[in-house]
Amino acid sequence: MVIIGAGECGTRAAFALREEGYDGSITLVGSEPHLPYERPPLSKEAMTSGEAPSIKAIADAARLAEHRIDLKGSTTVISIDRANRSVRLGDGSDLAYDKLLVATGSIPRKLPMSGLGARCVYLRTFDDALLIRQYLREDVRIAIVGGGFIGFELAASARKLGAEVTVVEAQPRILMRGVPEEIAAIVHETHVTEGVEIVCGDGIAAIEDDGNLVRIALSSGRTVVADLAIIGIGAVPVTALAETAGLALNNGISVDARLRTSDPHIFAAGDCCSFPLAVYGHRRVRLEAWRSAQEHGALAARNMLGAEEAHASVPWFWSDQYGLTLQIAGLPDEGERTVRRDLGDGAFILFHLKGDGRLVAASGIGPDNTVARDIRLAEMLIARSARPDLTALASTAVKLKSLLAA
Amino acid sequence: MSDWIEACAADDIDEEDVIRFDHAGRSFAIYRSPEDEFFATDGLCTHEQIHLSQGLVMGDIIECPKHNGRFNYKTGAARGAPVCVNLQTYPVKVDAGKVFIQLGN
Repeated sequence: MVIIGAGECGTRAAFALREEGYDGSITLVGSEPHLPYERPPLSKEAMTSGEAPSIKAIADAARLAEHRIDLKGSTTVISIDRANRSVRLGDGSDLAYDKLLVATGSIPRKLPMSGLGARCVYLRTFDDALLIRQYLREDVRIAIVGGGFIGFELAASARKLGAEVTVVEAQPRILMRGVPEEIAAIVHETHVTEGVEIVCGDGIAAIEDDGNLVRIALSSGRTVVADLAIIGIGAVPVTALAETAGLALNNGISVDARLRTSDPHIFAAGDCCSFPLAVYGHRRVRLEAWRSAQEHGALAARNMLGAEEAHASVPWFWSDQYGLTLQIAGLPDEGERTVRRDLGDGAFILFHLKGDGRLVAASGIGPDNTVARDIRLAEMLIARSARPDLTALASTAVKLKSLLAA
Repeated sequence: MSDWIEACAADDIDEEDVIRFDHAGRSFAIYRSPEDEFFATDGLCTHEQIHLSQGLVMGDIIECPKHNGRFNYKTGAARGAPVCVNLQTYPVKVDAGKVFIQLGN
């Protein structure tokens, strides 16, 4: 078994193969020099704790050895030879496979303009985090291009370390993609209270980076001057290998519900693939989320061993900024009406329902993990296509758990 | 053997639920199972030091509210990624409607 990509998804797949009893060889090929590590902390805890960011390894060398997972780090894959079932590595050697998993993930979308220099950066890897961290201190001006999760998690980390932060978002409001307006408004207010300047509805006309300062000219005529510009305008799936190998693509590598590509010996999982989401009538989606990457990795591993198991879970993700946690189960854009449940301490949950009363998503925000339990229960209700009583959803006197039994 | 510490009233915890109990600078989680038995573990998840008391109890499983790491709260056994380190458990007794836990040394 060969896995391309040693991130959350590929690493989980490697361990899942062993947990499922597979006894043959497992090779995990990663382009980075580090042990497989968790990416979510890079914008949050790893950025603010200690003197410098540290790696939170998913597994150390001993655990990899114990599971007989052969990690080939700092290694690129040049091509996939489907006819001979082998992959060619950067050093010219070939690696044969019975089943191949492509878990190449996604990379930051590049800002399509000239003028970007060394002080215009993206966050994807631990090494990116090391670089950004050098700038996060008092009297340093940080411009963040893109009002999405990466941008706002970094904005919170930058403020915590005393930097001045301006966020520029071209859309009329922040977190436009996938986050309901009521919740985005809480995030917006919190950042403003913490001293972040947020500019919405203003595009980037030009960027000039002279190596010392970045000057961002906005469409409105204003110029934002910064010591570092961090660009967080979304991610694109890494599909070059699959494309060259002739695998079907469709907003990423196209896979079926079992995460199999158009080649029955090759699977794809995590951020790099799009798949049919059963809970929404097989709507094809591509997710960029930590838990989904894990679930995909485990599911792909079982199917590489012949399980024929279809993907069945509900999308879920979270974000932490200052003391706030936001969690979303399902895709809120599936909803047609909303019911609000207030949990106290400013925490609340929005339930998103179809016109026929079926619960399709839930989004919540609040201090610490106040919304976690109800979001988790909502996720179970969504998975069951439940049509919960609206009064019960809105009333904290009714435990959501009791609706599961109904 | 150290003494039994009074943690809460039995009625403070619903069936198939958990509460947080802080004592001597440490945090614990006290559970009431669907079978109406009581259990206690360390209060913080072994993955990222999150309070388990805000998590969800299902059967004999506690699920961390942050990343859905799972433990069997009766034995402390880690039950799936991302957690791989078991949770410390503590003896519990109920006396006259009060829940006591024994913290050892």
